[in-house]
Amino acid sequence: MSDNSSLRTPSQRIAWTATIVVSTLVFIFLIAPILAIMPLSFSSGSYLTYPLPGLSLRWYDDFITSPRWMHSLKNSMIIGVASTALSMVLGTLAALGLAQWKSRFKPLVLAFVLSPVVVPGVITAVGLYFFFAPIGLTGSYLGLILAHTALATPFVVITVGATLQSFDTNLSRAAASLGASPIYAFRRVILPLILPGLASGALFAFATSFDEVVIVLFMAGPEQRTLPREMFSGIRENISPTITAAAVILTTVSVILLATLEGLRRRNERLKGGG
Amino acid sequence: MEAGMVTPAPALVRFSGIQKTYDGEHLVVKNLDLDIRKGEFITLLGPSGSGKTTTLMMLAGFEVPTHGEIYLADRPIKNVPPHKRDIGMVFQNYALFPHLTIAENIAFPLSVRNTSKADVQERVSAALRMIKMESLAQRRPGQLSGGQQQRVALARALVFNPQLVLMDEPLGALDKRLREQMQLEIKQLHETMGITIVYVTHDQSEALTMSDRIAVFNDGIVQQIDRPDALYEHPVNSFVAHFIGENNVLAGTVETIDKEFCRVVLAGGGAVTARAVNISGAGASTSLSVRPERIAIVPDGSTSDGVNRLPAKVQNTIYLGDHALAVLEVAGNGEFMVKLQPGAHHSLTQGESVFITFRPEDCLALDPV
Ligand SMILES: Nc1ncnc2c1ncn2[C@@H]1O[C@H](COP(=O)(O)OP(=O)(O)OP(=O)(O)O)[C@@H](O)[C@H]1O
Ligand SMILES: [Mg+2]
Repeated sequence: MSDNSSLRTPSQRIAWTATIVVSTLVFIFLIAPILAIMPLSFSSGSYLTYPLPGLSLRWYDDFITSPRWMHSLKNSMIIGVASTALSMVLGTLAALGLAQWKSRFKPLVLAFVLSPVVVPGVITAVGLYFFFAPIGLTGSYLGLILAHTALATPFVVITVGATLQSFDTNLSRAAASLGASPIYAFRRVILPLILPGLASGALFAFATSFDEVVIVLFMAGPEQRTLPREMFSGIRENISPTITAAAVILTTVSVILLATLEGLRRRNERLKGGG
Repeated sequence: MEAGMVTPAPALVRFSGIQKTYDGEHLVVKNLDLDIRKGEFITLLGPSGSGKTTTLMMLAGFEVPTHGEIYLADRPIKNVPPHKRDIGMVFQNYALFPHLTIAENIAFPLSVRNTSKADVQERVSAALRMIKMESLAQRRPGQLSGGQQQRVALARALVFNPQLVLMDEPLGALDKRLREQMQLEIKQLHETMGITIVYVTHDQSEALTMSDRIAVFNDGIVQQIDRPDALYEHPVNSFVAHFIGENNVLAGTVETIDKEFCRVVLAGGGAVTARAVNISGAGASTSLSVRPERIAIVPDGSTSDGVNRLPAKVQNTIYLGDHALAVLEVAGNGEFMVKLQPGAHHSLTQGESVFITFRPEDCLALDPV
């Protein structure tokens, strides 16, 4: 914080202190629920209470050895990866198209594309249910993958679109003038440069699907129970600390994904040079 | 000179009746007919917003003409996508690929064309030698200075021997000294490689230094296309006279016309004989154009016959190293410039009354400004 040195007047110092205090409070507000859960997963007792009777890894063991939990984790991965892949293709194509489309209808189309984010989840879920039930897509992996793709695509459009906005169109023009077909230019020039944007888009898409519970409640059969769905029924039926172990595992996965993303971003900055 | 001796080469590029509008109302390029000969260095010169970049982009294929047709080697290219036009391009912001090394950037157009590895390597090394940057081959563009980046951009646009190279203000971001050095380098490349170059700039001295021919743009219209010396000596209208080189303007009215010459009564008093270049007839108002170096200052009114002579008052003198300028008041124009030999400016004192003389051939009667 080199800013500190420039804080000369008392009022500036008070403002600075207030900023620190408020930010810390907000930070605690955001992070406390997650932090509160973590120690419980290492409890040796069977209840979700403090103080911990002792430390153990029994709930992690329980999570890993339980066929139900493992099955739901596998489901979450399958549906998450598939809907991420699908929404990446759709969302990237949409973002590329929108980026070079000059029309006064563009905001309208964009709003339309982004609508799944704004519409309440329950409404989307009910709508999808009535749409999918007659064509036999409820209670199937495909149905869930398609539904999650619909939810995740807007996030891809937003993140990839933002990356394309800062992309220098002269670079694709330069590639074309050097003889590169649009596909070659995309592969060799555009794709490597927007890769961090794509990665964060993919991360958002995966997280959207991995977290989603409302649509799964409506559409999944017993075979397609995902991790959040399993946690949901776990809480309602028998509150076992295994849930907290699952929560910690989920959180750790997210943190690793985020860290990877940041690493990618930095590597890309470095590649662009300057340092 | 040299260009005048050879018979004109056939046109490599022909703009025929080109019009362009972006918004459907305002024509950015109004009616462009332009032939670009094989092997020539042609510059599109004009003020900001005059449609130079738009013209270049239509040739490169990144913009589509609203009307008219562009021919490349006698073939219409409306339906040829940019990557199939075989036109190299150098951008003002260089547009180097930031994730590729210098060598990979230069190899790009060769890799696109499936050139063999050995061939690519050889031509990339040759290109790096040409721009004297062999030692920086493995750097990335972000680690180079502006001038170095522009050299790489040049090498990349030339390495695949395109039939035509377009440059849009390639030196605009460089400082003056580097710009002048790069001007010479580009000019040398043009001469040794025999390529055809279409160059865009709004810097008239750059255009005069480098070009075989210059097309002067203003407001979407080509005002004049000619060799640099012809543009300077024989501008067809006031815009060109002002845009190319220094120029003094005197407003007046045409009294009589006698073949090539006309008699003009000045608005600020006095009368002169001028070449009738761009006037509509007797009685029309006109702007006279006289270059500062074509004027002599004499202490009294005595002149030989047929030479124009006007009274003037010395306002100021400006010392510029290799020459000096006298700022005079002539016929109501208080910023009338006369070029002096160095040393001569000592003999003039502020407020002194003198006379200026110039030949009728050096005074052009043009359209009123
Ligand atoms: N993509 C575009 N969309 C709409 N208008 C444009 C576009 N590009 C250029 N124009 C307009 O067309 C006119 C000519 O622009 P152009 O870029 O061809 O000028 P220029 O001669 O290259 O100027 P400069 O010296 O500033 O580069 C300008 O009025 C500009 O605002
Ligand atoms: Mg321009």
